[in-house]
Amino acid sequence: MRTIFILLRKEFLQLFRDRFIGRAIFAIPIVQMLILVPAITYEIRNIRICVVDLDQSVDSRNLINQLDGTSFFEIRHTSFSEMQANRLMLEGKTDLTLQIPEDFGKDIGNGNPAKLMVSVNAINASNAQLAWGYFSGVIREYNNSLIAGNTEILRFQSIPRIEVTNRYWYNETMNYKFYMLPGVLGILVAAIGFVLAGLNMVKEKESGTIEQINVTPVKKYQFIAAKMIPYLLVGLVDLALGISIGMLAFNMPFEGNPLLLFLSSFIFLIGALGLALFISTITRTQQQFMFAGFFFLIIFMLMSGIFTPFDSMPEWAREINRLNPVSYIMRINRMVMLKGATFGDIRNDILSLTILSVMFTLFAIRKYRKTA
Amino acid sequence: MGTEKENIITVRNLVKKFGSFIANDNLSFEVKKGEIFGFLGANGAGKTTAVRILCGLSAPTSGEVKVAGFDIYGETEKIKRNIGYMSQKFSLYEDLTVSENIRLFGGIYGISSREIREKQEILLNRLGMNALRNKLIAGLPLGWKQKLAFSIAIFHQPRIVFLDEPTGGVDPIARRQFWEMIYEASSEGITVFVTTHYMDEAEYCDRISIMSDGKIMALDTPAELKRIYTARSVEEVFVKIARPDKN
Repeated sequence: MRTIFILLRKEFLQLFRDRFIGRAIFAIPIVQMLILVPAITYEIRNIRICVVDLDQSVDSRNLINQLDGTSFFEIRHTSFSEMQANRLMLEGKTDLTLQIPEDFGKDIGNGNPAKLMVSVNAINASNAQLAWGYFSGVIREYNNSLIAGNTEILRFQSIPRIEVTNRYWYNETMNYKFYMLPGVLGILVAAIGFVLAGLNMVKEKESGTIEQINVTPVKKYQFIAAKMIPYLLVGLVDLALGISIGMLAFNMPFEGNPLLLFLSSFIFLIGALGLALFISTITRTQQQFMFAGFFFLIIFMLMSGIFTPFDSMPEWAREINRLNPVSYIMRINRMVMLKGATFGDIRNDILSLTILSVMFTLFAIRKYRKTA
Repeated sequence: MGTEKENIITVRNLVKKFGSFIANDNLSFEVKKGEIFGFLGANGAGKTTAVRILCGLSAPTSGEVKVAGFDIYGETEKIKRNIGYMSQKFSLYEDLTVSENIRLFGGIYGISSREIREKQEILLNRLGMNALRNKLIAGLPLGWKQKLAFSIAIFHQPRIVFLDEPTGGVDPIARRQFWEMIYEASSEGITVFVTTHYMDEAEYCDRISIMSDGKIMALDTPAELKRIYTARSVEEVFVKIARPDKN
């Protein structure tokens, strides 16, 4: 126990002696949160529309006004040529082209089905889908107003209608910040410790100091523990900082038990650090570590479900994700913070995470040999 | 020369291979308690490999090795309690101060904080480094670093200290001072196992072994070797052994 304490004192001295790193480990997550959380969003506003209105009737103008009136759409161009509209889209000046054919108003007046033609730039498929979603919403409303207008005339006919009221649970205002923040938090907390702990270990190899430790009676687990604990604490402090910023700067709701969140993050951090130390035991230079580390960091991060829904990944990817600690903490963070999940709700995720963390750490201790 | 003293290191048929390369080819020798044993050889002769095996940093391919009475295969942790080690690659923590390094390595060997403090005072006074106790190692001249590294390697009073080319890259005066420290440690009863390729240093040793291409070519006192090879200096002996065709 005293040995670990002595080694820990050394690690802390070294960590904070480097003034840049000593400050960066707390400043970086704050800055990253302030940048990333508001920046990463799926919300689309100001979809740029080019209208080709060949009809020029009251009905077509009503429709255009209705589109313009929403915050989602912005009518940038009007044209009478389909070709020109296509060119605008090619040049990236519009996202959506609406063509209103000549007989639009007449068809409505005659009670015939009126036609519209919509083209959406689908280079970004999810953006295109959202644009189309918003657009069809506006058309639906317009349809409703037409039907309402007609029922005025045919007042003896009653038209059955289904009225839908919806609520968005756990994120009432559909605020993407609330969705991203717990995820970003999970990654930030781990990434700093992961990189620093791994580099630290490889640096000892490079400078030869690890040899000096290896000829002493220090035990493997003592050395690994002393390498982990400082970054574990840094990670938890960063987590606390991150949550505070989320609540102060972004009005992030916190439904669940903070202790549960910290417990999960603690387990998660052990895994992340264990993996980093494992990688550092099988690499010899800081460059090698960074290469190998980036490989895992990027795969784990992008597959974690922070950007893409976990459920829409292919089967094999979901299987791989069973080994991805980030995907567990992503779910846990979101469930605890947004849903107020209790220990019982996330028991399985916590269990899996614990198994992974123990596994990675044992790998690191086993692979770190005092003898070559 | 107490030839009947007990052996503190016994090596029998030690072999270390890296793939097909044989770094240590069937080494057999003994080191006696309290002596200064010089391990000589050109660069790449296999000295460092042998020292690393003796310290438990590297596992031998085959052979028997006992250090301080413990077996190298099963008892490396016990060996490590009884040895000190200083390598050619300077290995104190550069980003810690003189005193922090002393406290770290002293503490690792289980020396109490009070004892560390007391011994530190004596040590720093003796080295004349009192004013430097709160200076980072990175800022010290190489000669000072090496003296400090040696002092820390024997801080826990090991039975044997292994020095792997301890004086590489320092001036003759610093080297002489360093050897004074080695004598002092030896007079306190610590067995010194030192590798070097400075042949003048070999003259300071009680016994020397000369390695070439992974084999021990000669092992005796410097005086005896000079007599056998009819040489005036160990350097001449070394040249005759390492380059027999040139003579």
